[in-house]
Amino acid sequence: MRSPVLEVRDLSVHFRVETGRLFRRDHYTIRAVDAVSFNVHSAETLGIVGESGCGKSTLARAILGLVRAQSGAVVWLGEDLVGLSEEQMRVKRREIQLIFQDPQGSLDPRMTVGDIVAEPLKTFYPSMSRMQVRERVQGIMKLVGLLPEQINRYPHEFSGGQCQRIGIARALVVNPRLVVCDEPVSALDVSIQAQIVNLLKDLQKKLQLSLIFIAHDLSVVRHVSDRVLVMYLGRIMEVADRDSIYLQPRHPYTRALIESVPIPDPVKERARARRSLEGDIPSPLNPPAGCVFHTRCPHATDACQREVPLLETLENGNQVACLHHRELAPVLEVSDELEEGQSAQVETDDTSPSGA
Amino acid sequence: MNEVVRDAFEQALDTRRIKGRSLYVDAWHRLLKNRAAVAALIILGVMIMLVIVGPMLSQWDHEIPDWDNYSTPPSLETGHVFGTDALGRDLFARTMIGGRISLLVGLVATLVSLVIGISYGAVAGYFGGRVDNLMMRSVDAIYAMPFMFFVILLMVIFGRNIFLIFVAIGAINWLDMARIVRGQTLSLKNKDFVEAARACGATEFQIIRRHIVPNLLGVVVVYVTLTIPQVILVESFLSFLGLGVQEPLTSWGALVNEGAQELETAPWSLLFPAGFLAATLFAFNFLGDGLRDALDPKDRL
Repeated sequence: MRSPVLEVRDLSVHFRVETGRLFRRDHYTIRAVDAVSFNVHSAETLGIVGESGCGKSTLARAILGLVRAQSGAVVWLGEDLVGLSEEQMRVKRREIQLIFQDPQGSLDPRMTVGDIVAEPLKTFYPSMSRMQVRERVQGIMKLVGLLPEQINRYPHEFSGGQCQRIGIARALVVNPRLVVCDEPVSALDVSIQAQIVNLLKDLQKKLQLSLIFIAHDLSVVRHVSDRVLVMYLGRIMEVADRDSIYLQPRHPYTRALIESVPIPDPVKERARARRSLEGDIPSPLNPPAGCVFHTRCPHATDACQREVPLLETLENGNQVACLHHRELAPVLEVSDELEEGQSAQVETDDTSPSGA
Repeated sequence: MNEVVRDAFEQALDTRRIKGRSLYVDAWHRLLKNRAAVAALIILGVMIMLVIVGPMLSQWDHEIPDWDNYSTPPSLETGHVFGTDALGRDLFARTMIGGRISLLVGLVATLVSLVIGISYGAVAGYFGGRVDNLMMRSVDAIYAMPFMFFVILLMVIFGRNIFLIFVAIGAINWLDMARIVRGQTLSLKNKDFVEAARACGATEFQIIRRHIVPNLLGVVVVYVTLTIPQVILVESFLSFLGLGVQEPLTSWGALVNEGAQELETAPWSLLFPAGFLAATLFAFNFLGDGLRDALDPKDRL
């Protein structure tokens, strides 16, 4: 067993929200991430999925120390990052980099591509000469599929997919060991999504990167991940290797997510009995007692309202947080068709022309 | 056919080696399409040239009276092209010198307010929370102070001095600038590229310098072109009240003040400085409007 590069233990991120009245200050606590634990191994991709607002992005930012964790530990190569000062954390950020969801928004519109990609170099290697910086920037641009001639252009002169490549170049220019991708493709067209996802996979192989790949699109996550972590309301519902999570999801929430993926075959899609989740995700200001999912779970019992399910490790190493996971049928009946449909979709994406 | 397309494509790629066009270059091109703004730019250019070289063109000095000509109308024969004032001083030379002072006050006081306002507003907006509250409440407090009272106080304590006018006007004008900059910073600091810079290990002040301030410039440039005429007017107002520049130095405001007193006997002594003042103010305002349209953030960003 390889030892993990990143170990997250009982990480909680809470936000205090003050309601500003002049003389009376009330505050609420939002538990954006609550007691989350997981590992990331070297050169592995961990997918993180979940609905909007379930704490995926906050988790990503907490790993990088961009938001303060309430409690818990983020152990990076044996060293806890949570207690570090801002100054010490800054040094560590060379090894952990972030890719953003909004490709245009994450690039400063007043800077040229060269300056944007060179920014991490300037902060981490201030002694590098201009020639060295330029060489390194052009090399990395080539690596991510940009033309080195475009070094003096500005972000608004690029398409969304190209902007995302610039974002990737910026993350990779300092040779990080872990790259956290915060929904890197959800703002892109489907054909471009496949290019970017495949680029990330290639780069991972070439550079032996560990990736944390956050998304709400299950088919994309399936394509890239070795293991998948399912979050709901700031907690982990299930962690499993890719195949089990799609073929034998244990947690009712994971099942609901997988059932909600459309099959790109209208005949099969219509024939499928769809049991969609009812209701909205509860407010993280006031999460339900017991299992956070019980308000929407089709299998919920009285016990679920009282008892918080622990993340239980199964025989095959997967983990699930559900009181009733043993009683639930282990195989999802639609999974075969889903698999077919999904792999077909991914393949067509791969071959779609780049210029389209 | 395919070959042709590919050749064309490669040629297009070759031209890409040309430098990219920044948002400012784009804005500059848009500005040049705006006729009013271009006219304003030309007027301002001419005005600046005039106040620099103008006094040298005149055969008369702005201080020394021409004993033969008191309050004479404009005439080419005597060389007083704008006429003379009640003391026999050449009005053309005085208008040019006055323009120097007016434009200088406008530019310097604006620059002062620009530097203080940007750094103050950017820091308040970027750090937010308690820092922001403290900084902006003190701005409110200073804002509540009556401007004229402040100026008179300065004059009483330090005596009349042109430098004090810069200080007084700048000290009041930076408040507006700080508020505008703070508001803009608040919206900028939540942009992804600021977080990206933090993730890249940049320090807070590096972020403010590299990412916040350059992105503020669009708004600031527009505001500056609207502040300069405002400052010129304030200086004119101060001069009109007798608190401005001291004789024999003059400014457009002081000249208008003198001219207004002799309106019935020597209308030219009002018309020329007032015309120059009005033309400059118009030009700055049109330029400001043009810049605002050219830099319109709705277009891009």
